[in-house]
Amino acid sequence: MSIPRIVGAGLIVIGVGVGIGRIGGQAMEAIARQPEAYGKIQTAMLIVAALIEGIGFAALFATAEN
Amino acid sequence: MQRTYLTGFLFAVALLFHISIFAKSDESEGEKDLKTEIDEYIQHHLKDSHDFSLFSYTKENGEHVYVGFPLPVILWDEGLKVFSSSKFHHGETLAEVDGNFYKLYHSKIYRTDAQGTINYDADDHPTNVKPLDFSMTKSVVMIIITGFLMFLLFRGLARSYAKNGGIPKGVGRFFEPIVLYIRDDIAIATIGEKRYKKYMSFLLTIFFFIWFLNMFGMTPLGVNVTGNIAITSALAILTFLITNFTGTKDYWKHLFDPLGDSMPWIAKIPLYIILIPIELLGIFIKPFSLLIRLYANMQAGHIVIMSLIGLMFIFKNWIGSSLSFGLAFAISLIEILVALLQAYIFTMLSALYFGFASEEHEHAEAH
Repeated sequence: MSIPRIVGAGLIVIGVGVGIGRIGGQAMEAIARQPEAYGKIQTAMLIVAALIEGIGFAALFATAEN
Repeated sequence: MQRTYLTGFLFAVALLFHISIFAKSDESEGEKDLKTEIDEYIQHHLKDSHDFSLFSYTKENGEHVYVGFPLPVILWDEGLKVFSSSKFHHGETLAEVDGNFYKLYHSKIYRTDAQGTINYDADDHPTNVKPLDFSMTKSVVMIIITGFLMFLLFRGLARSYAKNGGIPKGVGRFFEPIVLYIRDDIAIATIGEKRYKKYMSFLLTIFFFIWFLNMFGMTPLGVNVTGNIAITSALAILTFLITNFTGTKDYWKHLFDPLGDSMPWIAKIPLYIILIPIELLGIFIKPFSLLIRLYANMQAGHIVIMSLIGLMFIFKNWIGSSLSFGLAFAISLIEILVALLQAYIFTMLSALYFGFASEEHEHAEAH
């Protein structure tokens, strides 16, 4: 693996980590405020996290060496 | 009744198993580095294979012992060629069929001459003829077994419901809440009370199919079906077709006229030059992200677990090996969760796309 690819993969992981971390944190806050909406918040959280993850994987594939 | 079928099936599988022993033919390569060996093992595991071997080990005299059974190879190479994959001897010998020689090279079948030479082009890709391969590979067998299992399981459940007057019994007590969850919290919540019924069969099938195959991937059978991009592509194409063929007038209107009556047509032209291509691309990106997500998640999970197991053999001391064992165990637990989560996400997002496609606006909605 060449160095630019490794740096790119690292940047992607940082971006995805920050994104999913924020979603998780905000969802926790929302659940703490409204515990009765737990199910709905969790579903929405998982969907958004999955969307970010999808983009992250696509980007990781772009950096992967064949 | 059902149990007898299952026992018979398992018995047949057990009969098929046999232990095959081969002398190592590629002695010239010399002793391989442990790291490259583990790397090759992981790469091999991630690929589909032409035989169902559970494990293999090397005897002291250099003999490879494989435990498993061969699968049929079906090739189209100027005529149909059907033979057992035991002819390849796990890639160690050439298979001769009707005067042609075939070689297994990195889990792909190539036609070679009698010596089994593989020619390479400038990029180190083989230039040999690659016959069309319709073989029953490990993944195909696993898909058939899963389909068979699901058919028996859910048909049995449907019968037991009819017999007991709608009360779940046995394994139904485990599956009923899951089916109800998919109906109430996935289908009805995203598609709506009116139209969810026609999508239910697809959503349930795809959920249990992905879940079962993911769980089979966690067993020592060593299958990696959902971590195969061809299979996830097929699943995503199904979602794509259903989304677009059940799309309502409003769905297509939203694609080609997203702004609606909110502004005069002359103002829309410069916007639509950008907007419509994006909307059209979106149709393809949605299923594409589905297939990449499932494939990459399962692939990554398998790589991580197998690398951690491989670390045990690299460390070879009490601290490192037990640490990597603990890590592998923890990651395995997470992967069991991921197996369920990925099935859920695939079903959920499919339902969401169906919901978008079957939506009917009763009133003008601001976007």
